[in-house]
Amino acid sequence: MLACMDATQAIADLTEISPQVKDVVVIAADGSLTGSNLQEEGAQRLADGARRLLDAAEGLRPGVAQLEAATTVGSVFVVRDGERLIAATTTPEPTVGLVFYDLKTCLRSIDEPKPKPKPRRRTPAKQKEGDDAAA
Amino acid sequence: MPRRKVVTGVLLAAGSLAGSVLVRRRAARRRERVDLYADDGSMQSYAEGTLEAERLLPIAHELLSPA
Repeated sequence: MLACMDATQAIADLTEISPQVKDVVVIAADGSLTGSNLQEEGAQRLADGARRLLDAAEGLRPGVAQLEAATTVGSVFVVRDGERLIAATTTPEPTVGLVFYDLKTCLRSIDEPKPKPKPRRRTPAKQKEGDDAAA
Repeated sequence: MPRRKVVTGVLLAAGSLAGSVLVRRRAARRRERVDLYADDGSMQSYAEGTLEAERLLPIAHELLSPA
């Protein structure tokens, strides 16, 4: 079982065990950035590009769970887990299966931010029927 | 023909065949492509030059280029 951790730690572990992986960004279900090893601007750029890549891929083939776009200068990987995404760039000719596995492991090890619980309304305690009858 | 010459010829032929296979494999790997993996485990690959790849590869190039 995977231990849950914060995104920064998970990404640091990923880039340490997989030197082929360079830039990483994790995108939450609501589209916000969960974490990255890039500066804010670079992370946003990679996140937007990953979304565009996945949207274009969905247009070609609905139900895409993961993709690799391989070029001569490197590859771009996008992996979806539920509504969350992880995107990464790698060096040219990476070990594809290994990169997909590492990205999935990284994404699943990151704590999913829990929605804030709605405040409960206090309802006055109901009196027992027996009490009513006695009165 | 002396046996030694035959052996040398065969070795040369085998070597050049293996070399051409390696060069072809490397060239094929260097071709740009996009692989899409579906939820059901199936995979579709689009090599450069196809309409599908031409839609996706420019985005990848943009992401891989230095900002």
